[in-house]
Amino acid sequence: MERLHWLGQRCQQMVDQGGARGWYSAPDGPLGAGGCPATCRLSGKRRTVIARRGPYQAEYRAISREYQGNAIRTTKYSLLTFIPINLFQQFRRVANLYFLFLVLLNWVPAVEAFQKEITMVPLLVVLIAIAFKDALEDYRRYLFDKTVNHSLVRVYCSKQKAYIDQHWQDVRVGDFIRLSCNEIIPADVLLLYSSDPRGICYIETANLDGETNLKQRRVVSDLPLQGSELTPESFYCRIECENPNNDLGRFRGYMEHSSKVRVGLHNDNLLLRSCTVRNTQTVVGLVVYAGHETKAMKNNSGPRYKQSRLEKRLNRDVLWCVILLFSMCLTAAIGHGLWLQRWTDPIYSIAEQVSPTLAGFYVFWTMIIVLQVLIPISLYVSIEIVKLGQIYFIQNDLALYSEQLDSGIQCRALNITEDLGQIQYLFSDKTGTLTENKMVFQCCTIHGVQYPHTQNARRLALYEEDVLGVPGRSLTLRSGCSVRSLSCRSMSCGHSSTSLHSLTREEEEEPQGGAPCSRMAKEVIPDPELLKKMSCLQATSLCGAEASCLQATSLCGAEASCLQATSLCGAEASCLQATSLCGAEASCLQATSLCGAEASLELNSILDFFLALAVCNSVVVSSSGRPCHTHADLPHNLTSRLLAQGEAGSRGVSGALGAAGVQGEVGSSTTATLSQAGASWESTQLGPGTDLVRSNVALENPRDPTADVLTDMGNREEGVGAVGAPNVGTEPLRVSSLEDPAFCHSGPTAANEQLIYEAESPDELALVHAARAYNCTLRGRSGDGLAVELPGAASRLHVSLLHVLPFDCTRRRMSVVVRHPLTGRLVLYTKGADSVIMELSEHPDVPAGEGYVKIREQTQNHLDVYARDGLRTLCIAQRVLEEDDYRAWQKGQLLAETSIENREELLLESAQRLETNLTLLGATGIVDRLQEEVPETIEALQRAGIKVWVLTGDKQETAVNIACACKLLGPDDQILNANCGSKDACDALLQDLLSEVRGTGEGPGRPTLGEDKALPAAAVGGFVLVIDGRTLEWALQDELKGGFLELSQQCKAVLCCRSTPLQKSQVVQLVRSQLSVMTLAIGDGANDVSMIQVADVGIGISGQEGMQAVMSSDFAISRFKHLRKLLLVHGHWCYSRLANMILYFFYKNVMYVNLLFWYQFISGFSGSVMTNSWILILFNLLFTSVPPLVYGVLDRHTPADTLMERPELYSSRPSSKVYGSSTFWLTIMDAFYQSLVCFFIPYMAYAGSDVGVLAFGSPVNASALLIILLHQIIESHTLMWMHIAVLVGSGVLYFVFTLLFSVWCVTCSPPTNPLGVETLTISQPLFYLVCALTTVTALLPRVLIRALLRSRSSSLVGRNPTGPRKLRVSAENPGLEPDDHLVGS
Amino acid sequence: MSKEENTANRPDNTAFTQQRLPAWQPMLSAGIVIPGFVIIGVAFIGIGVALFVTSQNIQVLEKDYTGIETNSSCFKCINPRVKNCNCTINFSLDKLFEGPVFVYYGLSNYFQNYRKYGASKDAAQLTGDLAYFTEPSTSCAPYRKDAKGKPIVPCGSIANSIFNDTFKLFQIVNSRNVAVPLDGKGIAWWTDYNIKYRNPTTNPLKNAFNDTVKPIFWPRPAYELDPTNPSNNGFINQDFLVWMRRSALPNFRKLYRRITEGEYAKGLPAGDYALVIGYNYPVKAFDGRKKVVFSNVSWMGGKNQFLGIAYLVIGSLCVVMSIVMLIVYAKFKFPDEE
Repeated sequence: MERLHWLGQRCQQMVDQGGARGWYSAPDGPLGAGGCPATCRLSGKRRTVIARRGPYQAEYRAISREYQGNAIRTTKYSLLTFIPINLFQQFRRVANLYFLFLVLLNWVPAVEAFQKEITMVPLLVVLIAIAFKDALEDYRRYLFDKTVNHSLVRVYCSKQKAYIDQHWQDVRVGDFIRLSCNEIIPADVLLLYSSDPRGICYIETANLDGETNLKQRRVVSDLPLQGSELTPESFYCRIECENPNNDLGRFRGYMEHSSKVRVGLHNDNLLLRSCTVRNTQTVVGLVVYAGHETKAMKNNSGPRYKQSRLEKRLNRDVLWCVILLFSMCLTAAIGHGLWLQRWTDPIYSIAEQVSPTLAGFYVFWTMIIVLQVLIPISLYVSIEIVKLGQIYFIQNDLALYSEQLDSGIQCRALNITEDLGQIQYLFSDKTGTLTENKMVFQCCTIHGVQYPHTQNARRLALYEEDVLGVPGRSLTLRSGCSVRSLSCRSMSCGHSSTSLHSLTREEEEEPQGGAPCSRMAKEVIPDPELLKKMSCLQATSLCGAEASCLQATSLCGAEASCLQATSLCGAEASCLQATSLCGAEASCLQATSLCGAEASLELNSILDFFLALAVCNSVVVSSSGRPCHTHADLPHNLTSRLLAQGEAGSRGVSGALGAAGVQGEVGSSTTATLSQAGASWESTQLGPGTDLVRSNVALENPRDPTADVLTDMGNREEGVGAVGAPNVGTEPLRVSSLEDPAFCHSGPTAANEQLIYEAESPDELALVHAARAYNCTLRGRSGDGLAVELPGAASRLHVSLLHVLPFDCTRRRMSVVVRHPLTGRLVLYTKGADSVIMELSEHPDVPAGEGYVKIREQTQNHLDVYARDGLRTLCIAQRVLEEDDYRAWQKGQLLAETSIENREELLLESAQRLETNLTLLGATGIVDRLQEEVPETIEALQRAGIKVWVLTGDKQETAVNIACACKLLGPDDQILNANCGSKDACDALLQDLLSEVRGTGEGPGRPTLGEDKALPAAAVGGFVLVIDGRTLEWALQDELKGGFLELSQQCKAVLCCRSTPLQKSQVVQLVRSQLSVMTLAIGDGANDVSMIQVADVGIGISGQEGMQAVMSSDFAISRFKHLRKLLLVHGHWCYSRLANMILYFFYKNVMYVNLLFWYQFISGFSGSVMTNSWILILFNLLFTSVPPLVYGVLDRHTPADTLMERPELYSSRPSSKVYGSSTFWLTIMDAFYQSLVCFFIPYMAYAGSDVGVLAFGSPVNASALLIILLHQIIESHTLMWMHIAVLVGSGVLYFVFTLLFSVWCVTCSPPTNPLGVETLTISQPLFYLVCALTTVTALLPRVLIRALLRSRSSSLVGRNPTGPRKLRVSAENPGLEPDDHLVGS
Repeated sequence: MSKEENTANRPDNTAFTQQRLPAWQPMLSAGIVIPGFVIIGVAFIGIGVALFVTSQNIQVLEKDYTGIETNSSCFKCINPRVKNCNCTINFSLDKLFEGPVFVYYGLSNYFQNYRKYGASKDAAQLTGDLAYFTEPSTSCAPYRKDAKGKPIVPCGSIANSIFNDTFKLFQIVNSRNVAVPLDGKGIAWWTDYNIKYRNPTTNPLKNAFNDTVKPIFWPRPAYELDPTNPSNNGFINQDFLVWMRRSALPNFRKLYRRITEGEYAKGLPAGDYALVIGYNYPVKAFDGRKKVVFSNVSWMGGKNQFLGIAYLVIGSLCVVMSIVMLIVYAKFKFPDEE
């Protein structure tokens, strides 16, 4: 049903595409400024939009005539056109044409075999059934369209000069519409006004691509951002844009003001139909595409149609059936001719004889009608039905459902379920597929100095252990959080009085699973070393000597405690001020020794590094609980409960001083001081007696003198409670009971302020959070800049964002041009793949000299270390721009942006112009943990005989590390590295490796090849080929691919690192076509799309990286581990079910049709039949059609848990597939045997008697039915009540039908009138004697062989599956194994 | 937050959707098959013996009277030009031929199952529908209308080719021919006689056949098929009905009469008999043979050795197979169970 619906949409889409795809003329085109609309319409390559209610009414009418309205119609038919169109559609199928041909053939009197109406029955049944489905589907679509078309939207009406409600279907191109928050966008709208002061609007594209993160759209630049709402009456602009297309990510055009000034339009300016407006109160836009021309509608693609391998085989065998049919008909034709020749005018002959040749010719066609069921046309319909059933079960499997994500499996391709059971090669992406793609900042290197973040790393490990130990997820999160909150205490002391609430609020939020990034990513424990340096930086940069004094104070133990004490004793405000300002002069010295000695260059680098992390991204900052994005002060939500205690003091202070009490320099210095104090304590992770903290982080460093201070502070809490404001008193309590979210929630301050970062890439999130951990906090975005907090800076700094060069796959980097908030200079910050950045930063134009080279080297070393640890690395670089240079570049960029043609190339060039001569700042290492059960899954898949290849864009070391972690690479395995620089070298290398593998591989240790499948792969060390992208490039070339393939065949696994998306698909293509094996590709990101599309089975993981992979996949799963059950159980089942069903269909048809064929031998090959023609036709259509369907859906080859436990069963017998040439012909032979028995035993039993034609056919038919039904039982593996019901039902139906028919049918179906036949025959004992003998004899060989084979195979499988062991029935998760070992990366 | 919202997409956990329905695995292991084979084998052997014995007890007497052989008494009649030819076949029974005795005529190489032959009749006409008397169905062609365009009733090839040899049986008692009464009642199917074939309600029946002609091959029109019994005429003539039920096989016999009356009801006593044949039916054109068959019947029908033997063979085969299975089973299965 669904499928037909999709098919329809697909057809429609194809038609649409054919009509509407257009190319663009030259950028300026034939259309001059303000040119005539007629030309542009004629050119047909772009569209002009002007306001519908605007001043140019006449022109609007002229140009908009061809634009579609917003009404959509997804129905295929109307009442009038239903029958003709539906019939036309149906007769485009070959099967129906075949039926039609037979019907027509039967109308030729010379060859007429049956009554004319009888041959129509199959055709009519199929046509009516499908027409009924189509009609129902179409009606549902109609209802849906109606609802959509009648939704309301506010459209500007020039008469009333106001926005009035209108139906969606009345919206036209050029209308102004106004949308509010949470409204769905009715058409593709150009954003002209947003209530957001920065002209920004957020949309959620979940309806379009399933991504729930907000996307930012902005008002067309040059339009007034603020002030009064746009007045449609005075909108004189003309919009030129491309014709409707289906590219969601692209919108190009320009808007021409009445003053002939053009403004470029981007995808950023377009609100797409069916998205939802979020976080923005009001937006106004102009409709540019409506109805079917919207991008959403153009993207409305249906499911994918792939032909499974089984179906290809099937088609070939159907062809064999056709050949068989022809040969049978030919036999009959020749036989008839000879038969006629033998006698001259016998009394039973028909006088008007034609020549024997012609009679033979006629008989040929008659036989085609008679033997029509030999071609299993009904098989195609049955397969579709069965696959729907199989998909129903796959989609309903609890084991493929992820509780955390609340998503199960999506089957997008409906007809390749059985391919899942035949996979030989699996190509997997790494990031997001094997790993969680939850990026967590682990460590970094800046200015050539590594900051290992040991505690951070430990925290990550700790987290994993928690996961292992704790059943629930929320608890884990909480514990992770507690660690973090402890560790982060140093940063955020001065900022917020409500931080605790935001913290607890996050606790609440997290289990909902809605936040795009995990808590893990948000928490970063800063490296103490780096923090020290940062603090120096902030001290020096902020308030010079004074600040450093403060810092010194804080470092100096006793004094610090004094300070702390002071700050806690809120009442004495002046004391605080005094202390913090003056401090102990003596410790200035210390500060100098600590900071001053350091090269200021390094400090600058550090600052730049974190600034780059904070600004060089596309992260959207929003706050929950607010519809609009504002600049309001957002409290720092990264805080620690420990700090909260200290904070209580400062809060008390501010309370006493009043709002104006602490401000300006004083306030900021307090901030600095407190955070500094925190920094110095950072290494002392021991909390003041909070068990929670201790339980999670039992860390070293008790000898730090500040521990005393802390304890002291803890002791003073009571005092604070007494002195401070009443609400302060609750703070300690809250801290200690943080595990109870309910309690936390009752905090006095409204928890409506919280920073939420949303990013398209999880790496970015991790980096922003890392920067935040070092107090470089991205606070928000405005139209022209970013709000950033820097360490030491008093308040939020505005960083004007001059340009963003977004990330793309070619450049593999992203850059921003900003005005540095402190120095005021123009700086380009670039973040990108290490190889790219290292190359670009080779010769910076800043004279840095030898030091720089060294730094670069060291950074490279660190990068290598990171990669070995399996971290993802990113390099950060900067370039200080001269104003003039920038301005010059900007001109070029503007040109590139506004050009319509070749825009991409121009933009790329322009970006490359800017991104040169970079100065390397440092690099980050981001950890991406393995998904749960990945090693087990990979091991199981390998045991199942599937070769697993990992194709990743990561560095070789990272890839190898991950491969080790996920057990792709065992401890005994030998790694073959293939890295070379030239083609010849590659050739030689491949040969070398090959000979090496052969040399050692001849022994027992060749577990990879098919014949050794039974060997557990892990037992013997195998070879693992690791090849990098460049070498792969050579290896994929025609001359070398043979060697490469041969080598890879010898290897247990292959790792391709540094591979581009194109290479991924090339590899898959190569393996698939050259080895003609069944391939599966699995991935989660856009870079896997091509690979997914090339492979026989493409699986997308619906994860963090959007839905592109899912959209192009055949199946979408949520976790990698689901692959195990999907392939091993469902794939296996689906394949065996379908293969058995197909074989059964062939068997059934051949067996039955042959009965008719044998009868020709005793009836002069005249095409006569011994059965009533109705029964003949219905035999396949009715009496024997349902059992194979039920078996095709429900049969279970082997119990699920056995298949899970013994993956070897997946491909245990590669030579004897369920459905192959041998089995096909064996089945056909068996069918021949059975039909021979089924015909000739009755023949012999009735030989010489007075049996009539139909009376002879009756036992033949009945025993054929019995044989066919019992054959099904022999061939099936399970027998459930449903099977029995269907089998018995089929048998009963046959006898009831024939009996009733023989009683009721007096003159019907003339040549073979069944009146009285059946009632008479079944009253004779001979009938039963014949049936019993026939059935037993026919089934005897198959039963024997099956019994022998199965007693052997079950002994191979072991007693486990066949034994009396009950199927496991667990209430919760029946298919899942209880062991959930997580192996960290 | 409620639990349901969290798991909106969670599939139902039922035995059906999770494919956990209890299922019997009809693993055809030797453990099931061997006893099964033994039971079937024994049963079949039993049935086979019963069938064989029954079949043996059936007496059959076949007399070919085609007259191909020159020494045959019917040789003179084989020439189609000879009309109203009679020939006599003498035979003797040395023991009682147990009754009730069925008399069949047998034809071989006669393809009543030829498709065009089988289609050549008009079912509606044969139900007595007068509309089809004047305009028979086209399926009757070429025996639909005669050369003058008059409709043939009953039309079609089957009716036209009705078997028209006649048989009279005499027991020779003291060289005197004693007629053995042959009973022609109830030899056709009940459904044919009562439902499927009807005469027109016209009275007398002859009037219904006005403006029609008899089938070309027929000596007498349909309403005069049985001059002795007026109710046995038209379409419900027993011989006609028997002939109209086409035979499935090219060598067949059809019931002609039963010997159920008088002293012959118990059977034909031992002695000499003379079968007087009215030889009309031409079979030479298709190398056919004609014969007369005397047979008595059992619960399983006529004499057929095949079924009994087949049952015995298959039954023994099953038993043998079960032994083979036992050996195989012992070889492959038993070590595994330890």
